Amino acid sequence: MTNNIVEMRNIVKIYPNGVVANDGVNFSVRRGEIHALVGENGAGKSTLMKILYGLERPTSGEIFVKGQPVQFRSPLDAIAMGIGMVHQDFMLVPSFTVAENIVLGMEPTRRGLIDRTEAIRITEELSQRYGLHVQADAVVDSINVGMRQRVEILKVLYRGAEILILDEPTAVLTPQETQDLFRSIRTLVEQGKTVIFITHKLREVKEISDRVTVMRRGKVVGTVLTSEATREELARMMVGREVLLSMDKPPQKRGAPVLRVRNLTYVSETGRTVLKDVTFNVHAGEILGVAGVEGNGQTELVEVLTGLRPATAGQASVEGKEILAATPRAVRQAGVAHIPEDRLNNGLALQATINENLIVDRYYRPPFRKGLFIDQQVVVEQGERLIREFDIRTPSGQVPVSSLSGGNMQKVIVAREFSAEPKLLIAAQPTRGIDVGATEFVRQQLVQKRTEGTAVLLVSADLAEVMSLSDRIIVMYEGEITGVFPDAAAVTEEELGLYMLGIKRMTMEEMEAVL
Amino acid sequence: MPIQVVLRSIFSALFVASVLRISTPLILPALGGLISELAGVINIALEGIMLVAAFTGVIISAYTHSVVLGVLAGIVVGVLFSALLALFHLYLETDIILAGIALNIMATGGTIFLLFTLTGDKGNSSSLASGAVPTIHLPFIEDIPFVGTVVSGHNIFTYLAFILTWLVAVFLYKTPLGTHLRAVGENPAAAASVGINVKRTQTIAILLSGFLASLGGLSLSMAYLTLFQNSMTAGRGFIALAAVYLGGRTPWGTFLAAIVFGFADALSNQLGSLSIPPQWVQMIPYAATVVALVAYNIRKRAQARERARKFQEQQLKELEAATTK
Repeated sequence: MTNNIVEMRNIVKIYPNGVVANDGVNFSVRRGEIHALVGENGAGKSTLMKILYGLERPTSGEIFVKGQPVQFRSPLDAIAMGIGMVHQDFMLVPSFTVAENIVLGMEPTRRGLIDRTEAIRITEELSQRYGLHVQADAVVDSINVGMRQRVEILKVLYRGAEILILDEPTAVLTPQETQDLFRSIRTLVEQGKTVIFITHKLREVKEISDRVTVMRRGKVVGTVLTSEATREELARMMVGREVLLSMDKPPQKRGAPVLRVRNLTYVSETGRTVLKDVTFNVHAGEILGVAGVEGNGQTELVEVLTGLRPATAGQASVEGKEILAATPRAVRQAGVAHIPEDRLNNGLALQATINENLIVDRYYRPPFRKGLFIDQQVVVEQGERLIREFDIRTPSGQVPVSSLSGGNMQKVIVAREFSAEPKLLIAAQPTRGIDVGATEFVRQQLVQKRTEGTAVLLVSADLAEVMSLSDRIIVMYEGEITGVFPDAAAVTEEELGLYMLGIKRMTMEEMEAVL
Repeated sequence: MPIQVVLRSIFSALFVASVLRISTPLILPALGGLISELAGVINIALEGIMLVAAFTGVIISAYTHSVVLGVLAGIVVGVLFSALLALFHLYLETDIILAGIALNIMATGGTIFLLFTLTGDKGNSSSLASGAVPTIHLPFIEDIPFVGTVVSGHNIFTYLAFILTWLVAVFLYKTPLGTHLRAVGENPAAAASVGINVKRTQTIAILLSGFLASLGGLSLSMAYLTLFQNSMTAGRGFIALAAVYLGGRTPWGTFLAAIVFGFADALSNQLGSLSIPPQWVQMIPYAATVVALVAYNIRKRAQARERARKFQEQQLKELEAATTK
């Protein structure tokens, strides 16, 4: 055998519902390398890694770890073979301390009781050895995302992992935190570990990996040395065609302010100040992008503006109409449409049909209401029209939304919100987790609405999306606006990153000058 | 009876002792409720488990003339009954609330049916001679005035309630299993990802909670009273659950909350001698539960508002300071 520490041969995974997630995948990783695994959402990379970590069992195919054939029945088997996985959603117990989380399941004991001192010692030792700084006695609830991730990595190392699978580890990090992570990854490799790095950010692939494997539609397109491939080539391998890394926008015709937000403050029920003195305008015919690492108040900002949360102080108005004290319906009647961040819970009624989902904001008024009842004829007609216009792939409007793919679900929401003909459109994470085709469609629709004169407030964790769609950008950090960029085209990702992390911030005067 | 007499009796050592005695069948199931609550499986069936354990203890002790056998049988049957909840909820995947309600109804009907079959009486087991667990007189301590009356001369279960509260605290916060149990309740995916068997941990939690609820039931029928009456738990299993939340989901908090409810119960016993309609007096423990839970939530919200207000004041000051500069 070669020096392949992991070798997966002809892996096929067919889910019970008939979805072929892996279709004859060959994948190998060399000892001591950083191997990037890239591909679009749904390309099958997560499934492949779940198989390697024992979370899923392959329909057919062979796996060799350190030259031995293996069949994992559960993650425990994989852990025993030295494989560890850091999941995208952190697997931590919030009320436990860092040290308690690291030793969870394998606690050091003394006379049957957990030895806390020893747990802290272990944590500090691991932390030093791998250069992953954590605060051993801090409660996880109170530490930031970057540290949480380091806790996850230490947890895996404590279990003796030699092969670390990192599932989109940078998705929640700022550019600076990402740099810290990369430094840690290099330390790990220097100490003899092997790292598999799942991502879809090509810049990171170039920066950190030795080799890269590209997957598309359940198959491996190829494995190449990172140094020998350009970003454009990799992008082509990923989507199978030239992708536009920037978006063409017609020139802007900016009108009067539609949304005015003044000194908006929101304090959560637990007393945390989530939004602090937020002030900005959104004009007709512009897309105002909100950049920021998730969890810096963007979600709450959207929910306060759409009437889903009460504001603590401040004003917000749409074309002069106060909206903060209003119910969600009144907010909508004032001309606000909302594409919510959590589409499964807040955007759709999953068991209801497409047609029903398309009328939930308007069923109570004519022509949808006829006397005490809903006019089904009108509902069906509208459904047919919107399904056509928004290219929702479905046999009919009478099927439950839950039967659609993520991209088509999002199109249902987009169809509803856009057809409400809003003055202000609030779009939160409008393309999260949907396929390339649907993403492009949604983005084009947003730009088109803006060109037609709608005011658009775009909140997205995807920095590239914010940068390519927005006319102006504001950056939120810890509930405050820390930067305003009147010309989105003139700002770099690195520059935004400094503001997103709170390293740089503009003064009130600087911001007022451009707001 | 004049009110002064009642008041005097409330501020007596005997009354304090009676609070402890009456609290016992609340503390024990509340500890059980706490364990399953922390493991993420709310045990609605505490009431039913108490009832079957209380019934079994009386019947077996009466037929075998052995208190020990009666208590053991009560525990075994109570734990088996809680195992049904684990089976229905964790393995057959029914809703835990519905399964709990079903078990409670089953316990009420089942005990009356068996009681009638065995004794020909649907009301109580007074025709049988139930065993009673012994009371313990603490030497020397019992001779201290007031303290002796309060602390000494209780039945075993009352002392057990104190010891078990401490043991449950150690179990939950110091042992690996207890820690796993809390991890499972808080983030099952995280627990599973480090190889903790979520189902097995939750099963253990339900069985432990069944064990503690059984002790609570036995303390009712073999110590507090020495007979079984139909539906004698009278909602204590639910009040115990309320104590878990009122106690902030901690062992000693739960213990104290159970004593607060016990106090309300004891009070209603004392006031029974006043010329108030007894129905009103009997409502006291239940009304106290509702009032306590409402007060608890109002306080929590007020605290949140207070924090928010403080922040706003602070912010206004900062703004003022900034503008005056």
